[in-house]
Amino acid sequence: MIETVGIVIVSHSSDIAKGTADMVRQMVGTEVKVAFCGGNPDGGLGTSVPLIIDAINAAWSPKGVAVLVDLGGAETNSEMAVEMLEPARRDLVVVCNAPIVEGAVMAATEAAGGSTLAQVKAVAEELSAD
Amino acid sequence: MSVPSETFKSLVKAAAEQVIASAPELTSLDQAIGDGDHGTNMKRGCEAVLGKLDAISAQPLDEAFKMIGKTLVMTVGGASGPLYGSFFLAAGEALSHDKDLPDDLADVFGSAVNAVSARGRSQVGEKTMLDVLVPVLETLKTAAGQPDLIARVRSTATEAAERTAPMQATKGRASFLGARSVGHVDPGARSSCVLVHAVCAGLEARA
Repeated sequence: MIETVGIVIVSHSSDIAKGTADMVRQMVGTEVKVAFCGGNPDGGLGTSVPLIIDAINAAWSPKGVAVLVDLGGAETNSEMAVEMLEPARRDLVVVCNAPIVEGAVMAATEAAGGSTLAQVKAVAEELSAD
Repeated sequence: MSVPSETFKSLVKAAAEQVIASAPELTSLDQAIGDGDHGTNMKRGCEAVLGKLDAISAQPLDEAFKMIGKTLVMTVGGASGPLYGSFFLAAGEALSHDKDLPDDLADVFGSAVNAVSARGRSQVGEKTMLDVLVPVLETLKTAAGQPDLIARVRSTATEAAERTAPMQATKGRASFLGARSVGHVDPGARSSCVLVHAVCAGLEARA
């Protein structure tokens, strides 16, 4: 089995995070490691740095991990989570500037073909291009 | 200048308690122009800091600031977590390990403010906490060593927070409202003002 880039989905809503992960798995099955998290540390709408760190580690691949986020706080908390990873992992995680659902499905599909982290990120971010 | 650990502890406690007491106001400001969670998020973070207060104040000052920052990052649950977290982490980095406080306090505060700006990719004038923190930094520089420094810092923070009301937000959730964000004080600016006031009051009580 080839190594593939892992995918992490970070939403303010755990329902959206889980639903997005379901849509990703429909496309790529178990070929790609997918982890998701949503909700603040009390379980309300929001995001949580410890949960994001756990999700990144759960989806870990030597080829790296692409993180898909929804709104502002999810992005800021994901960037913070990346900085708090062990040093060897930090440079192998990217936060994509892409719509969360479409970005996650496109990124995972690209990853399933064995693409590099940069290629996976580029495909997701094409969705945000003008 | 050295800071006795009891003084530091009482300042952190007062600041956290003030933010917790202001949570309903912060939430109501955030409901007007954001997602309405700033009060509860800041309350959660400050309660976590209070829960670790003994461990925090047992550290050297630089480590204590970093511990506050990390606690906020891990518990706040909104963008304000990394923003305030980065403020305290950078302040901790800027403090040297062997001394309690540097001669130039504004240098430390400036490093912390720069970290907030970098984390939020934001500048002054975008209706954010920076619209309080940057003017406070300016006052720390211009009024350094003056007998009325604390009073000037306090009034700077009050006036700066009020000045966010007529601004149109270009960062954060409030920017989604466009022109409708005008007329409301920014919740992040307000929470920064609350923190600055709490520290001022704590220092004055000990003067």
